[in-house]
Amino acid sequence: MGQMPFVMQLLDTLAALLLLLSFAMLAQRRIATLVELFALQGGVLCAATLLLAWRTGDDNLVLSAALTLGVKVLALPWLLRRMIRRLDVYWDTDPLLHIPGTMLVGVLIVVFSFGLAQPISALASTATRSAIGIAVAVILLAFLTMITRRKAMSQVIGFLSMENGLFFGAMSATYGMPMIVELGVALDVLVAMLVLGVFFFQIREQFDSLDLERLESHQGGR
Amino acid sequence: MTVALGAPLEQILALLCAWIAIGAVGLVRPASLKIAGRTLFPLGAVCGAAIAVVAAIHLAQPPERMILPIGLPALPMHLRLDALSATFLVLLGAASAGISLFGAGYFRVGQGTAPGLLCFEYHLFLASMGFVLLADDAYAFMVAWETMAVSSYFLVTSQHRIGEIRRAGYLYLLIAHLGALAILLCFGVLQGGSWRFTFDAMRAAHLSGGWAAAAFLLALAGFGAKAGLVPLHVWLPEAHPAAPSPVSALMSGVMLKIAIYGMLRVAFDLLHGLPGWWGLVPVALGLFSALYGIVFAAAQTDMKRLLAYSSIENVGILFTGLGLAMVFRGAAMPTVAALALVAVLYHALNHAFMKSLLFLGTGSVLHSTGERNLGRLGGLIHRMPWVAWLTLVGVLAIAGLPPLNGFVSEWLLLQAFLHAHEVPYPFVDMLLPLGAGMVALVGALAGYVMVKFYGVVFLGQPREPSLARAHDAGRTERAGLAWLALGCVALGLLPATIVPALGTVASSLGVGSLPAGGGPWWMLAPLGPQSISYAPPVFAGTVIAGVLLTMLVVRLTYRRPVRRAPPWTCGAGPLTGRTQDTAEGFGQPIRHFFTPWFAMRRSLPTPFDAAPRYSVEIGDRIWRALYEPLAGWVDRGAAICAVFQRGRISTYLLYALATLCLLLALVL
Amino acid sequence: MRPIDWLTQVLEVVAALAVAPLFQGWVNQCRAWLQNRRAPPLWQTYRAIRKLFHKDAVIATNASPLFRVAPYVVFATMLTAAAVIPSMGTRLPFSPAADAIALVGLFATARMFLALAAMDVGTPFGTLGARREMMVGFLAEPALLMVIFVAALISSTTALPAISERLATGPLVLSPSLAFTGVAFTMVLLAENGRLPIDNPATHLELTMIHEAMLLEYSARHLALMEFASALKLMNYACIGFALFVPWGTATSAAGPFALAAAIPALAVKLVVAGAALALIETASAKLRVFRAPEFLATAFLFAVLGMLVHLLLGA
Repeated sequence: MGQMPFVMQLLDTLAALLLLLSFAMLAQRRIATLVELFALQGGVLCAATLLLAWRTGDDNLVLSAALTLGVKVLALPWLLRRMIRRLDVYWDTDPLLHIPGTMLVGVLIVVFSFGLAQPISALASTATRSAIGIAVAVILLAFLTMITRRKAMSQVIGFLSMENGLFFGAMSATYGMPMIVELGVALDVLVAMLVLGVFFFQIREQFDSLDLERLESHQGGR
Repeated sequence: MTVALGAPLEQILALLCAWIAIGAVGLVRPASLKIAGRTLFPLGAVCGAAIAVVAAIHLAQPPERMILPIGLPALPMHLRLDALSATFLVLLGAASAGISLFGAGYFRVGQGTAPGLLCFEYHLFLASMGFVLLADDAYAFMVAWETMAVSSYFLVTSQHRIGEIRRAGYLYLLIAHLGALAILLCFGVLQGGSWRFTFDAMRAAHLSGGWAAAAFLLALAGFGAKAGLVPLHVWLPEAHPAAPSPVSALMSGVMLKIAIYGMLRVAFDLLHGLPGWWGLVPVALGLFSALYGIVFAAAQTDMKRLLAYSSIENVGILFTGLGLAMVFRGAAMPTVAALALVAVLYHALNHAFMKSLLFLGTGSVLHSTGERNLGRLGGLIHRMPWVAWLTLVGVLAIAGLPPLNGFVSEWLLLQAFLHAHEVPYPFVDMLLPLGAGMVALVGALAGYVMVKFYGVVFLGQPREPSLARAHDAGRTERAGLAWLALGCVALGLLPATIVPALGTVASSLGVGSLPAGGGPWWMLAPLGPQSISYAPPVFAGTVIAGVLLTMLVVRLTYRRPVRRAPPWTCGAGPLTGRTQDTAEGFGQPIRHFFTPWFAMRRSLPTPFDAAPRYSVEIGDRIWRALYEPLAGWVDRGAAICAVFQRGRISTYLLYALATLCLLLALVL
Repeated sequence: MRPIDWLTQVLEVVAALAVAPLFQGWVNQCRAWLQNRRAPPLWQTYRAIRKLFHKDAVIATNASPLFRVAPYVVFATMLTAAAVIPSMGTRLPFSPAADAIALVGLFATARMFLALAAMDVGTPFGTLGARREMMVGFLAEPALLMVIFVAALISSTTALPAISERLATGPLVLSPSLAFTGVAFTMVLLAENGRLPIDNPATHLELTMIHEAMLLEYSARHLALMEFASALKLMNYACIGFALFVPWGTATSAAGPFALAAAIPALAVKLVVAGAALALIETASAKLRVFRAPEFLATAFLFAVLGMLVHLLLGA
């Protein structure tokens, strides 16, 4: 293996950190920590975007880095933290599958997505080709996080983390989406967050809990 | 005596016949313990050692053949001695020497089968295993294989008055026969349309992909059933505890390896044209068996059952290595393939010694205390120091601790796994390296299980008052144990001389060869001197020197006396055997962690119970999910067939008439 | 082998012996500062060992020879481990005798003897400690092995000095896979050395203790050796961490005698920083319930496995 430019090594490391944070989210029971991990993931994403912008000299990427910083590191975590305080949900006590089991499934998902990405990475010619596998893994892991949690709150965080993976994938495959799409997505996420926040309050008003099992027992006709 | 007989194959044949003769002498006066114990078993041990020596000398020489004019008219018995069979003959001879020596002192009490008869069955079992290794055609192989199964069945059920043992024996025989059927079919496929059943014909046959796969899967089922591969393992934890300890040792230590030999023979010698990735099947099954076996071993409360489950683990590791070698061979990585194969052979040798040692150790304990239940043992290191210290060697070895032998094969296997990411198959190149993690996990769990085994049996306080009457093993038993322990130490310290010898097996099978000139006798460097290395004598010397030096320094600087006092109990009164952790308790963390694996039935006491009782029963999920429904179907099928069984002569005559008419109509 | 290599080898073992108690003292001092306590002196462990060497040894009436020999075995294995780990230089004469897998085996040997000795007397605490130690071990050991495996894959050898040298001088300055294994290794280090989220080194006679429970029956010289061995173990783990994750500063095979002189202060600096970091982690984390310990370690194991996957994907 030849000498890799230091920037690329740094980028790979940031990609690995992104995956690491996804796993940390998978293993985490405390919702409050989950939010912090999500914010950290946004931070890593922002750093990776900036790095890529600096390497490619693409101004749009700087903009999207700023957007990431604003929305995913500052605004959303702030909203989430406030919501946790007001809803008083700090723990997602027992996940559906115990933590090592979840993580084992996570490892298999990583193998799957890496294996899937191998031929793609071989074809892709962008500087960050190896990161596609990681992006796919982050998306699928976020899915897994959503599946294994009981509280609506942690599911929303999983959803947001999935968006992180998508963003990273787009960035590494094509150096970012068109600016207008990115702005739209950011706005969507923010609005979705606000709407979901309203939902949370409504759910709790109705059922006294954010536990989604309560919702399941209220299916129509049963 | 036999040295004058010329060719090594003839010598080994003569020694195998000597085994049968020794057994036959036992039949002359079946009730005499004196003849069987004092004379015949030690003689058998000498024979075993001689076989090991002859085979070891022959190991590096070209194959040798012989045709015995007995058997079917068109198919005389073909025998062949090559590097692979020589390796396993060394295993058979050397391990059985220790076991026979132990058996000389062990078979004392005349309950169940008479000692002379037992001696005959025992030596027939040994000789049949030898013939399996020498067989060079399907017919000879199957005859020897079935003799092995039947003789071992009689050995397992030597205490046939106990119903549980009869049931265990029945289960064993059933699965052995299903396995034999699969092997027979496998040979049927392997001859590839030539209708000649010598192994030479099979080597020459070229099978199409589908038939090769079918032959491979049949072999895997047949030999896997004999070796105890999950899900065909169910007979193992039943039969091993039922058999007398030397027989358990022989079955677990040697017979399972004969099954491995069969699998190696088919996969690397007889079968051609199978894509390498089929090796993933044994890898997957092997890893699963290994983890399954060791997790269940941790939950057992019967010491021989615990060891039986540990055998399942080791068989799993052997199959993992075997599959790995196949994958590497298919991926044109001959050196690493040879490394994996050597790891398998080495582990087979290791396991023969260490598991026999442990089973014999439990035999001594069983003999002197009458207890197999871990909940009623403890503190035996004081009453039985010889057995305890010699068993400790086996325990440390099987836990994979350096510088003993278990570590060497684990090391070789892990080194092979380090190259697993180089195989050219997508997904496999990522999944296969994860197997290394699994092997490491299994190795660490083996340490857990062995601490439980040794700690509960030999350490701590006696859990029953009767244990105070326990006595140490007799002289020949000690000799047998010491022989096996010595084997463990030698295999641990001298891998650098043994690995190249096993490397010749790999190269003679055409798998690949290890680079020559690894290093000096004390340095194991299988991939060349500049690469990975491990020097057990230096290593062991350093640790022992460290111990001695520390002792010396302490002796020189420290002059205070040593006092003996009762153990400290936080002021809670004297310690009894009941205040210790139980075997169930020691396995609890594993049971907790792997809860979904067990079918557990637990009854917990409530705080208000007058006589609180706690009980937990561990069941095998595979037994319930696979075997019980299967047995149900067979029962139902049998019930349908029973309609025809009316119990009247005239009805049966009617059947005969109908059949005759039908056949006549068909033929004419 | 040059004479300087032998010197390095001897120096490493001697330094491990001399510095290990000091390193433990340093960690305890940092902890005390962080917790607003008055710190014990740096050489507190030495004092404890000296005190123990001046006492009568009391051994339980039913202790077997295994119980008496175990402290020596545990101590000697830790000393041997110190000889394998390249803390100052990477050209060690002893390194061909034992690679990283053998090193993990050494730790396993020590663990097994410790557990067996704890079960020997048959006190409730002893068996409880042994069981918990093995519970920690059955996941920590494969996790450590996987961490080493990733490094071995990067440098295509399992000899620890060679791994360390290739990581220090290789083309990659940053290996993403090492981020995962670094986390896993830290978790293993905490668990294996009886540190906070798993075990509390500062307490005796707590129902949740592990390491101390196993040593309850030991006294005087035997206890001193056990304590010394656990200090050595912490030091060894720290040095493995340096060899894998901060390999810079050690004397590589190409370097001259001055590199060794530079390696000693480098090691000192690393130890000081690592000790402070360890104290910080311990202070910031709360003790887990014993049932949660396997979960913690399984996470470590899977992180190490992920590190391997990342290495296979990114080739780094």
